[in-house]
Amino acid sequence: MSSRQSDLKTEYVRIEGVSKQFGSFSAVDNVSLSIYKGEIFCLLGGSGCGKTTLLRMLAGFETPSVGRILIDGQDMTDTPPFKRPVNMMFQSYALFPHMSVEKNVAFGLEQEGIARNEVQRRVAEMLDIVKLSEFTRRKPHQLSGGQRQRVALARSLVKKPKLLLLDEPLAALDRKLREHTQFELINLQEQLGVTFIVVTHDQEEAMTLGSRIGVMNKGRIVQVGTPTEIYEYPNSCFVADFIGSVNMFKGKLIEDEPGYVRIACPELDVNVFVSHGISSAPDVGLNVAIRPEKIDMTRTAPMQKENFTQGIVKEIAYMGDISMYLVQIPSGKMVRVTIPNIERQVDERISWEESVYLSWQSSSPVVLSQ
Amino acid sequence: MGGVCLFILAVVQSSGPLTVNGRRIVIAWPFFWLLLFFIIPFLIVFKISFSEARLAMPPVAPLFEWVSSTKNFVLTLSFNNYLFLFSDALYINTFFYSIKVAAVSTFWCLLLGYPMAYAISRADPVRRNLYLMLIMLPFWTSFLLRVYAWVGLLKTDGLINNFLLNLRLIDEPLTLLYTDFAVYVGIVYSYLPFMILPLYSNLEKHDLSLLEAADDLGAHPITAFFKITLPLSISGIVAGSLLVFIPAVGEFVIPSLLGRSDQLMIGTVLTNEFFSNRDWPVASAVAIALLLFLLVPIKIFQYYQDRETEAAL
Repeated sequence: MSSRQSDLKTEYVRIEGVSKQFGSFSAVDNVSLSIYKGEIFCLLGGSGCGKTTLLRMLAGFETPSVGRILIDGQDMTDTPPFKRPVNMMFQSYALFPHMSVEKNVAFGLEQEGIARNEVQRRVAEMLDIVKLSEFTRRKPHQLSGGQRQRVALARSLVKKPKLLLLDEPLAALDRKLREHTQFELINLQEQLGVTFIVVTHDQEEAMTLGSRIGVMNKGRIVQVGTPTEIYEYPNSCFVADFIGSVNMFKGKLIEDEPGYVRIACPELDVNVFVSHGISSAPDVGLNVAIRPEKIDMTRTAPMQKENFTQGIVKEIAYMGDISMYLVQIPSGKMVRVTIPNIERQVDERISWEESVYLSWQSSSPVVLSQ
Repeated sequence: MGGVCLFILAVVQSSGPLTVNGRRIVIAWPFFWLLLFFIIPFLIVFKISFSEARLAMPPVAPLFEWVSSTKNFVLTLSFNNYLFLFSDALYINTFFYSIKVAAVSTFWCLLLGYPMAYAISRADPVRRNLYLMLIMLPFWTSFLLRVYAWVGLLKTDGLINNFLLNLRLIDEPLTLLYTDFAVYVGIVYSYLPFMILPLYSNLEKHDLSLLEAADDLGAHPITAFFKITLPLSISGIVAGSLLVFIPAVGEFVIPSLLGRSDQLMIGTVLTNEFFSNRDWPVASAVAIALLLFLLVPIKIFQYYQDRETEAAL
């Protein structure tokens, strides 16, 4: 998705040192963030991490306890929602149950005092874009979940906002529909050139949708980057663990050179050789993180002299496209390995209780200090 | 009278297509109750309304009579009682007056009750039960006592007049008691909880994210109230209004204690016909006419309820 067009130069939303306290609980803690014009920015985090509160502050439903929010250069911190150039798509969709699809979509335009025929034209146009032209007279309760989602989207986009906030936009859809809708959302965003800020707890959703992702934990932004950066170069154990799955080994730096490092990992029984330098103080506890798909599992010993260990297959989870293996290494620790099921022959695959070699490339481990 | 109409309401509610046998059993008990204490008495009243009054015990002529001379059953149906209601201006007059009083009182109940119900439904969930408790607290005192208390408040040398006189806001006492105003005060005061409770139960269920959505789409909170909250609370408004309007039309105690002596309400007329004139057939005809009239608002209520049930699916 990195090839997608987004003007990474122009800052559109600026969040400056924003905090939000509910009583003694601090939901959002000193967040500073820039969101660029025309991008899809995903706020990703578990429940209670403050992502929704941050989004609600952007919409104007909550006021920051500290800090400022600027949209298009203007301070919006104290502007009420109905005066902001921002629209929001609610997780529950919040469709007006007593109004038809048409009336729901027209609601925002009617508030601006736009002429009736102009309202009708724009509503028809918007409903055409989201492919709901046949359902204009239906009430929300007469629609399917996917159709309701599209009404909500049409209603929030019809006012042509420069910034659209989406709160878990796909959470209520089933898996197949969700995959399909993800791409529809991206197309729509490119077509209309609106800046999207999406809140989600689903990392897959964030990876597919987002041109950039901001990972949140306990009210703070812990990392901001493209999906690739977040996945391949996590800056903390939290991010590495939260995005995808990871094998984490505690270790200690034993060789520290500008071009490579060697880390002793008692849990792994071998030393890990990493083919790039790291910036860390000596004798500080480190974590070595290796993604399951970056570990090679073979019956025969690998050619390389370093970066491999042995183990016994304890569990296999067959997921169709890939299989996940839990391999017990001599220290007793379980290592997670995923292997794509390229071959169709089932009997040739590695099976339970088989003794295997696990190896990885020296560029694969991510060394994390925290 | 009002109670009787509410029973009708319940009958109308519980009818409809029943496919599951279990449901039939469940409604058998309320059905039996209504049959025994509503439908049978209603049919008796209905029957009496078509007979003639006479000085006897019971003071009505039977509809079926065995005439020994012709050896036949004779059915004597008399529509005179109903015609009489239309011929005497008293009945039509009191009828419309009762409807006016009930309508005005319902309107004031709505105007006072809606903000109260709204405020309670938006209050801290922990405090809501306390507020509802306070709304229902007056029921712990006898209804008659509470209406009597208003006599003391409204009379010429009563609390309100003395208070206003002492403040020198008025020079001579106002005539508050035995006026339409006193009846309105009495009815609004007594029936306000019946307006607040259904409204509260409706407003409390509202999805507040709808208001946020309206706000987000550029609607001022006041616009959002009139376009979202109010239309969605129609069924609560209708339910509350019926619970006030129906018993208020037939109200008997409040107008006799607080109202004008020169203008009767239909409930008072009904009592007089029954107990003073001992004209059971006319009294029954009054009751039946009132009931038929009140079916109209009940049907309206049913329409809105059906619509809401449909929307909730």
